[in-house]
Amino acid sequence: MISSQSFGESGKMKEYHYSGPVEQRFSPYSFNGGTVLAVAGEDFAIVASDTRLSEGYSIHSRDSPKCYKLTDTTVIGCSGFHGDCLTLTKIIDARLKTYKHSNNKTMTSGAIAAMLSTILYGRRFFPYYVYNIIGGLDEHGKGAVYSFDPVGSYQRDTYKAGGSASAMLQPLLDNQIGFKNMEGVEHVPLTQDKAVQLVKDVFISAAERDVYTGDALRICIITKEGIKEQTIPLRKD
Amino acid sequence: MALQDICDFQDIFLDRGTSSLPFGKKTGFNYMRGLPFSNSTSLFNFYIPVAEYLDKSPLEFGQISPIQSASTPLSQDVTLPSLSLPENPLLSSPQPVSLPFPISHGTTTLAFIFQGGVLAAADTRSSCAGYVEGPAAQKILPIHSHMVSTTSGTSADCALWKRILSRELRLYQLRHGRRLSTSGAAKLLSHMLHPFKGTELCVAAIMCGWDGGEVHGHLDDTGGTKTDPGGCTETTKEIDKSVDPSLEKTQSSFSSVGGQQPLAREKRNGSGPCMFYVCSDGTRLQGNLFSVGSGSPYAISVLDQGVKWELTLDEATSIAREAVYRATHRDAYSGNHVDIYHISSKGWIRRSREDLKEEYYREKERRERGIRQIMTLSEENMKQTKMA
Repeated sequence: MISSQSFGESGKMKEYHYSGPVEQRFSPYSFNGGTVLAVAGEDFAIVASDTRLSEGYSIHSRDSPKCYKLTDTTVIGCSGFHGDCLTLTKIIDARLKTYKHSNNKTMTSGAIAAMLSTILYGRRFFPYYVYNIIGGLDEHGKGAVYSFDPVGSYQRDTYKAGGSASAMLQPLLDNQIGFKNMEGVEHVPLTQDKAVQLVKDVFISAAERDVYTGDALRICIITKEGIKEQTIPLRKD
Repeated sequence: MALQDICDFQDIFLDRGTSSLPFGKKTGFNYMRGLPFSNSTSLFNFYIPVAEYLDKSPLEFGQISPIQSASTPLSQDVTLPSLSLPENPLLSSPQPVSLPFPISHGTTTLAFIFQGGVLAAADTRSSCAGYVEGPAAQKILPIHSHMVSTTSGTSADCALWKRILSRELRLYQLRHGRRLSTSGAAKLLSHMLHPFKGTELCVAAIMCGWDGGEVHGHLDDTGGTKTDPGGCTETTKEIDKSVDPSLEKTQSSFSSVGGQQPLAREKRNGSGPCMFYVCSDGTRLQGNLFSVGSGSPYAISVLDQGVKWELTLDEATSIAREAVYRATHRDAYSGNHVDIYHISSKGWIRRSREDLKEEYYREKERRERGIRQIMTLSEENMKQTKMA
């Protein structure tokens, strides 16, 4: 019998006892960290993610971006379990190709979002552990952001943060882009340059406070001209 | 059948003959057998992990019979026992994978019938174990022009099943030339959810609709078997009364105030407002007033004191808004805005979404005005008593 005593809260002694072998089940999931962000503007959309791939206390890679280009007007950001992210993007790519060949047109952002919802729900009882955010332009050329939960519930937003630092970033975006919780402020529509600068600032803050976010920031800016990518370094510690 | 058509795409990648995968099995069964409009025997495939390292002793949970436990999951046996049994194979699967993340839950929804039709209201907060995932979620989903469904439970489940239900109702309308009644739609949803009883699927919906209009022929006040498409006939009213006593025993998170307006009801001949509560555990109840969700106890108390058949539309709207506001004030998992939908013979109308923060300030203003009035009245009284 092994027992050790240590001080718990309020100065009382806590006792640890060896109470028998504990079975550790194999978990098919693992959390690989990472944060994804998407912002929709009047005629543009931005999808940004950090590029750190971690697991527990280790960093597997500093150059593993989480934004994947689907079509010329749509980018998806996936964070969570990297294995499921890869498989999910492969399935989405295959479905996009099939649609293109059957219908002779590219899928619109809204259609991709609806399709992804059903793909995720098809695995309702063994879900893909992925937090998805789709950013792109809709049929009218306006920016669109669709955010998902792991089992397929989705809605269209103007901005959304997902992943490990989402709880820190979302309130900041609510305030700066949605002008929420502020009185007497003029609601100025977001320009592309201001949006890009905001995304950079927000990720720098996230890297300060979230251990799973850092290394570099990959920004994809989607306009009707196409998709431009930028990479900005972040804290590496 | 319908869900498989929408969600299941794996058949393209897998050979239809093999149904065992390295990590799990695909279980299939024909759950829509016998329903009048299901003419395909396609299988319903959900991917369930059955690998042996995810198994604990299956008999522990008493969920599968000794015969099934004999077959090891690793055997490449294509004839799965679950295929031949008509029972729900999901019940016979071992312990499901424990999820590392929480799913969206928590809400306040309510609906009641009054002389102007049906009024449905819901908050808009979608929370995920303490984090507000969606402050502007849509919990009242229109099914068709004359029916609306308030949803509570897991938002993904509600969204997908509502989508499937809309599709099936539209097919029914195209095949039979008339809309399916609220009772029929509720029964259809209940039957579609039944195979998933016992799993973590969670849907608690109130179907609110206006029946009738183009229903002809075989509707009688005296008649009405269960298969009669006009849902609100005499027989269902009797069933409603007999179900009422059993309600006391069931969860207290909703209540049905049935049979309180006999005069108005008897006039209806199968058309008019109708409301059903459908739950993924199999409950299907008709009623005049329901509230579902974590904030429902607070909403029910407000509704019970104010809802009458004779309410005008404005009064009904303000009662519904008040009920949701009180619930959001006290329940942590409800909040943000309130959506109000009104269903009448012309269809559903959506009022604009109202921020409950405004309601809070309006109420504060009302209270302060009330206090000021009392103060001035008491000052006057004092003056009068002094003079007298």
